[in-house]
Amino acid sequence: MVSGPQFVQHLRNAGFDFFTGVPCSLVKGVIATLEERGGYIAETREDAAVGLAAGAYMAGKQPVIIMQNSGLGVCLNALSSLSLIYALPCLLLITWRGYQGKDAPEHIIMGDILPDLLSTLKIPYRVLEEQTLEDAIGWATSTLKQTSRPTALVLPPGVTA
Amino acid sequence: MNLAQALSVVIPALQDALVVHANGFISRESFNLEDRLGNFYMIGSMGLASSIALGVALSKPERRVVVFDGDGNVLMNMGSLALIGVQRPRNLVHLVFDNEVYGSTGNQPTISSRVALDAVARASGYVDVRRVEEADQLRAATQELLAKDGPSFLLVKIEPDREERHIGRITHEPQHIVRRFMEAINQDL
Repeated sequence: MVSGPQFVQHLRNAGFDFFTGVPCSLVKGVIATLEERGGYIAETREDAAVGLAAGAYMAGKQPVIIMQNSGLGVCLNALSSLSLIYALPCLLLITWRGYQGKDAPEHIIMGDILPDLLSTLKIPYRVLEEQTLEDAIGWATSTLKQTSRPTALVLPPGVTA
Repeated sequence: MNLAQALSVVIPALQDALVVHANGFISRESFNLEDRLGNFYMIGSMGLASSIALGVALSKPERRVVVFDGDGNVLMNMGSLALIGVQRPRNLVHLVFDNEVYGSTGNQPTISSRVALDAVARASGYVDVRRVEEADQLRAATQELLAKDGPSFLLVKIEPDREERHIGRITHEPQHIVRRFMEAINQDL
């Protein structure tokens, strides 16, 4: 497992400097690290975080939005009618609840459709693994620059805590 | 006062402020009155104008950031008031033009006639909250709030337009709006 502080350090090393979102138990350590260091903005909803990140990007920041995949459902309009048409990049760090169909009932459907939903939105993504975490973050950084659109890193259980 | 009249009072006081506009007639009326480089027109993503403005305000604390919001937008993202109250960006002025209807979809009533949005802002932690109904009050309040530390909240109670407004949409492409707005953010003052 990658520890919370290590995970955050990888993101910071890649240039990300604005962190917001809505928590998930799969990234407890990441959010705790961000909260301890200060500067993490606890949003009230995931789509509001998309708005917040859009403003931060235009003012010169490289934003990360942390959310559970349930929150991706909340964000559909914000992504399609703000980030994607205005070309406002942000890194979406999306935890994968309902992974392989094993989770509480409320997570099963979104867990099943998550990759298809990202593909439908034409949001490029990679699924994180412990061994290739740095590579994936590097890929996300260059994809954000190339596309100037949101890019997602999907985080299944067990990669970090 | 209708929306266009209220905007005509506010716009001359803006100087170099960055202004994030809610969607619908707020963007369109302002665009048609004066298309400022520092205007961000949010054509979709209803509710998020104040979130976008908060992101700008926190990232550029040396710049004055204004939101032109509406009652329908505020009701859709009331959590944003809470977050602004907690983050307390001193450079943010939140104007809400409250006509108690969804103007661009045909004046269907919102519920703001029975919800005191200024009281919500006060409870959320905005440091200066005011409510105005007349043009003279609006002019004075805008000038004062733009000159002092916030976050502040100005509820502008206005009349809905009874006749249909034949007013153009934003003619800039969304990505052009971003380029202009980023130039305005980065210009030396």
